[in-house]
Amino acid sequence: MSAHLQPTGSAYFIAKETQLAETHTLSVLVDNEPGVLARVIGLFSGRGYNIESLTVSETEHEAHLSRITIVTRGTPHVLEQIKNQLERLVPVHRVVDLTVRAAGLGHDRPVERELALVKVHGSGEHRVEALRLADAFRASVIDANIDHFVFEITGKPSKIEQFIAIMKPLGLIEVCRTGIAAMNRGPQGM
Amino acid sequence: MSGTENQMTGAEIVLQALKDNGVEHIFGYPGGAVLPIYDEIFQQEEIQHILVRHEQGAGHMAEGYARSTGKVGVMLVTSGPGATNAVTPLQDALMDSIPLVCISGQVPTPLIGSDAFQECDTVGITRPCTKHNWLVKDVNDLARIIHEAFRVAQSGRPGPVVVDIPKDVQFATGTYTPPSAVPTQKSYQPKTQGDLKKIEEAIALMKSARQPIIYSGGGVINSGPQASHFLRELVDLTGFPITSTLMGLGAYPASGKNWLGMLGMHGTYEANMAMHDCDVMICIGARFDDRITGRLNAFSPNSKKIHIDIDPSSINKNVRVDVPILGDVGNVLEDMVRLWRAAAKTVDKARLNDWWGAIAKWRARNSLAYTPNDDVIMPQYAIQRLYELSKDRDTYITTEVGQHQMWAAQFFGFEQPNRWMTSGGLGTMGYGFPAAIGVQVAHPESLVIDIAGDASIQMCIQEMSCAVQYGLPVKIFILNNQYMGMVRQWQQLLHGNRLSHSYTEAMPDFVKLAEAYGGVGIRCEKPGELDDAIRRMIDTPAPVIFDCRVANLANCFPMIPSGKAHNEMLLPDEATDEAVANAIDAKGRQLV
Repeated sequence: MSAHLQPTGSAYFIAKETQLAETHTLSVLVDNEPGVLARVIGLFSGRGYNIESLTVSETEHEAHLSRITIVTRGTPHVLEQIKNQLERLVPVHRVVDLTVRAAGLGHDRPVERELALVKVHGSGEHRVEALRLADAFRASVIDANIDHFVFEITGKPSKIEQFIAIMKPLGLIEVCRTGIAAMNRGPQGM
Repeated sequence: MSGTENQMTGAEIVLQALKDNGVEHIFGYPGGAVLPIYDEIFQQEEIQHILVRHEQGAGHMAEGYARSTGKVGVMLVTSGPGATNAVTPLQDALMDSIPLVCISGQVPTPLIGSDAFQECDTVGITRPCTKHNWLVKDVNDLARIIHEAFRVAQSGRPGPVVVDIPKDVQFATGTYTPPSAVPTQKSYQPKTQGDLKKIEEAIALMKSARQPIIYSGGGVINSGPQASHFLRELVDLTGFPITSTLMGLGAYPASGKNWLGMLGMHGTYEANMAMHDCDVMICIGARFDDRITGRLNAFSPNSKKIHIDIDPSSINKNVRVDVPILGDVGNVLEDMVRLWRAAAKTVDKARLNDWWGAIAKWRARNSLAYTPNDDVIMPQYAIQRLYELSKDRDTYITTEVGQHQMWAAQFFGFEQPNRWMTSGGLGTMGYGFPAAIGVQVAHPESLVIDIAGDASIQMCIQEMSCAVQYGLPVKIFILNNQYMGMVRQWQQLLHGNRLSHSYTEAMPDFVKLAEAYGGVGIRCEKPGELDDAIRRMIDTPAPVIFDCRVANLANCFPMIPSGKAHNEMLLPDEATDEAVANAIDAKGRQLV
């Protein structure tokens, strides 16, 4: 599958990657038991896969199931391996590559949303400008004093990136982001 | 049982659960955090405990036991160093798909995380080297978890699991639930039946193949004797040539007429050439490991590939295949045999004649040839004699790792599955001797031989004490050349013959060493004396260390040098010093 291979002068053959890397969003349904997140993360670090974003929470309380959303980057071959390796973990119930599924449904990508808390410090004109922009971005104020705001904003990652960038010159103090929560459009579940 | 029905202490639950899962032998070493379990072992007679001398030994014994019987191997270790010493055999079992249950003691629950004496994060350390592991925090979960541990270890692609039990849980009283009453984990349900459509697709490819080859692996052994049976039947019916990986030896008999010998880095010329030139490849329970494929972009360039495996992550991992079949190889082979029989009339066997002609030419290269010697024992000759003198017995072979392992694979003929125990994936020096002890425990009347090297054997030599204690007449057959032979071979190939630390200057006197442990030592230095010495070893009803002094500088051929393809093998008659030194070009060397 990889066209150019070099002799390494050792007992190993190193393959040069020829496929292009893609970013995909995976949904992983797991038993919510101790260590399950460590298993998933350990698999990624141990096999050299990337994690760009990770979100996890229990979603079905009676069945003790958690849903992990992972944004990862790799070649199609690596992405297929990631899915297969995840499915091998004993507490993993199901793995769905939402990006692949979205393409199958005729969509560009799955629905992806993120929440961020953004703290901005400032007074005078900056303060007014921050509030005005927050309103334009539909961010809500959840804490404020005479010299700061804490905004809550949800949306696509690109929207949050943009909001943060705009807040920077207006007195940005800190940011906390949840990572991406995602699912596919349409009536079917994962 | 204490108190009311099904109320037991955690330690009692462990023993009861082991019995209910059919365990007869466990390999272990006591320590503070497992003393309650050892106390229960003391008070019962159904399960025999084998006391090892190092926890690594316990793990390899359990592996040898498992691989020679098809049952789950069980090891018992204490917390901290006991658990960390178990890591090597756990990873070994993971890579070679050996079902293993490791029960470890842990410091009491309230002390976990406090850096208590002999505490380590056992589930954390063993997470990447097990199929699954559990820390049991509630005694009422213990029985369920042990039953589940046995199910996970032996179902799907088999592998090792760890159950870590804090000492307070071993003392606590809880309810015992028998295996039948325990619901299985919903998430882990391996697929064992192959997709019939895919199997039909494979059969269609096989019917039209003119240059087919079957490449089988350890998965056939793991699937059980039925899988080997159907594999043999499929080979007979189709008339296809068959080769196998190191782990798969014995699934098809070495004396079978379609056998090409092992493939891969030190495989035969005919096996590798047939893999390179084939038009249809049927990979059965093997995983296209880097020792098998050689240079990937030159790997069997013109073939359609069928891959049967129970593990979805093995499919398309290293080599893209055309017809993947997910399932237990035993079940899939049964379907294949049935479908082939139905289609047999339409198949022309004569279409394979040219192919078999080509194979005969490759075979005539006699790639395993070596120069015989009357003065010193050639290592290949030693294996051949060992095979000839033991083949009519009920023989099991284990190996360590290195040149001796490859020579054993090349020159010892295996007729049955489960007779060959070797560390393939991890390549663990020190594996063979404890594994042989495990095999001997399972088969007390059989002849069990560990084919060893002088370096490997010293990595777990302490288990001589265990073999003597239990009267296990394991034979250690050391091909002693005073070198780490495979390391030296690579230094000759790659590093300008600078033999950095691959020569052992202070070698123990293996005969005296055997005697010091209470075993028997035999030394042989002359080819003319070898047969008698081997016979003496075989007839000795006690553990034997056989110090077979072999030609020091012999190397293992044929060989696919790194960066080369299957059809670029280095053959023994071409392997002059110069050819060896230039086998890998300067550009290749710089890329290390």
